[in-house]
Amino acid sequence: MASVPLKYAWFPGCVSRGACRELYQSMTRVATVLGIELVELKEAACTGAGVISERQPDVADAINTRTFALAQRLGLPLLNNCSTCQGVMSAVQARLHADPHRLQRINEALAEEGLRYDGGLSIKNFLWALVEDYGLDRLKRLVTRPLTSLRVAPFYGCYILRPAEKLGLDERPERAQYLEWVISAVGAEPVDFPGKTRCCGFPILTMNRRNSLTMAGKHLADAQDLGADCMVTPCPLCHLNLDAQQPDAARTIRQPLALPILHLPQLIGLALGLSPRELGMQKHIVSTRRIEQRLRQAPAGALAG
Amino acid sequence: MQATLKVRRYTPEAAAGDGSPREPQYQTYTLDVPDYFTVLDALIKIREEIDGTLAVRCSCRAAVCGSCAMRINGQSRLACKTKLIAIAPQGQTVTVEPMANMPVLKDLVVDMEPFWAKIRAVQPWLQPTGPKPEREYIVPNEAMLGLNGVMACIMCGACVSACTVLEIDQNFLGPAALAKAYRFVHDPRDGKTRERLAELNKYGGIWDCTHCFECVTACPKGVAPMDRILELRHDAVTHGFTNTNGARHAEAFTELVRHSGWLDENRLPVQSVGLFNIKELVQLMPVGLRMLIHRKMPPIIHRPIPGIENVRRLFAKFSHE
Repeated sequence: MASVPLKYAWFPGCVSRGACRELYQSMTRVATVLGIELVELKEAACTGAGVISERQPDVADAINTRTFALAQRLGLPLLNNCSTCQGVMSAVQARLHADPHRLQRINEALAEEGLRYDGGLSIKNFLWALVEDYGLDRLKRLVTRPLTSLRVAPFYGCYILRPAEKLGLDERPERAQYLEWVISAVGAEPVDFPGKTRCCGFPILTMNRRNSLTMAGKHLADAQDLGADCMVTPCPLCHLNLDAQQPDAARTIRQPLALPILHLPQLIGLALGLSPRELGMQKHIVSTRRIEQRLRQAPAGALAG
Repeated sequence: MQATLKVRRYTPEAAAGDGSPREPQYQTYTLDVPDYFTVLDALIKIREEIDGTLAVRCSCRAAVCGSCAMRINGQSRLACKTKLIAIAPQGQTVTVEPMANMPVLKDLVVDMEPFWAKIRAVQPWLQPTGPKPEREYIVPNEAMLGLNGVMACIMCGACVSACTVLEIDQNFLGPAALAKAYRFVHDPRDGKTRERLAELNKYGGIWDCTHCFECVTACPKGVAPMDRILELRHDAVTHGFTNTNGARHAEAFTELVRHSGWLDENRLPVQSVGLFNIKELVQLMPVGLRMLIHRKMPPIIHRPIPGIENVRRLFAKFSHE
């Protein structure tokens, strides 16, 4: 199969430029190795993460439509690396497509900066793009360090799975298995556990800290008990609750936890032969040393092909 | 077609004495069924023809009475509305379990009392104020249109079974009771809107929902309880209930994005708990310190995105109030 070069308008999201800069770093490094061109939408605003829409639903729709129009001006599909961004964008797109008057009103406002959204934009999280646009066979051919000794628990994040009809899962129910597919494609073993599609608790961290940390702790403990070496997520907000808050989650559920959490591009990057440092793994709160030890058992190039 | 159902069997009373298992265990039944069979049809057939000890609660078999909610392959849904051929076209094993977040009485039958207690807690009856009309209360049709969705609730409990917060905290009112509360907060005949919102604004109420969409997915009637909860949050704020972390969080989030186009993650948590909330500010310190040590702190200087004036213009044009 001939390799078609891929190019996206890239929406990195707030967290990958803030508290998870290792996601931005690993996403750009991995895209380069994969041969995916990313044109960063530096002018695009935050999606609102479903929070702005609580206070100002029309504003949330308008600022996201502006982002769609910025991508459409470039003639490129939109790529994000956050389950939450994906959920908000898919929901806004569904509302616009169902209500042409709403789109028209927003387009009138966007015209002041010469923008217009005509609908029909492809909006994909990196996970979806990897499977549907890039292809896992193509990815497998680039794997120089199969992660054969690694047991990886998937963690999706609510907004890339629900509501199913807005996220295209009605037509593509397999989207709920992509993480497992990717884990297998890079040579690792997926660890199935009940919490993989549940909530990490992050949205209520400031409202009900105890509940939020109990939710995170429960999923971490379940995955750990099932023998996972690490967890992987396409959502940096889940990453914040599962990694940065993990010591507090352990105290809350009164159980020791030491489960490294990888951003999706980091898992791919390791299999592509990039070093943990190049992928920003030293920035994680929970040490990723255990993963590095496992990888030393299967050094780069050892099982290529 | 051949159907295989793996059913969770359990009788909590150790001395049930009817031959049913005393610890939860799964029992697999294989039976021939017509293509049009639902999961409930199959369960009834099992009970009538294979194993009379299987307990299942049902009545209308038409997704109206709300009696047969259970977990089917892990998803909370009505057994009578779930066709076997749709979920197991090749005769795959279908796992059937009682609803979660409620005590099991026997097999697939749960104790709904905690569910009803929470429904009662939101005072699900009309409380008009002012003089009574001579005849009925007159309401224009359009004033009730927004309530159609939520009035479709059949109290099956599927949303409660699916709720991720109830899984770890039974204090939460939960999606069914909050959707029911919405029905009365938004009823134009009700006079206790403010008092209702004051109650819902408390611990265990609207701000404890984690926004996971599980209840929206589970509801067989399109009530979308989570969407109603988010509307109640908006109602609470517009009625002046702004002294909660949730209300401050939404306000701070919106203002930070209006200001710079993207989130300032250093300021959001501080503004959410409130500048003078020493106890919770102290709670934020360990994670802040950890992030500082790992060079994970968001940039101290938070620059607006290029073209921020265009984002601010959209905020000005589309903001309400």
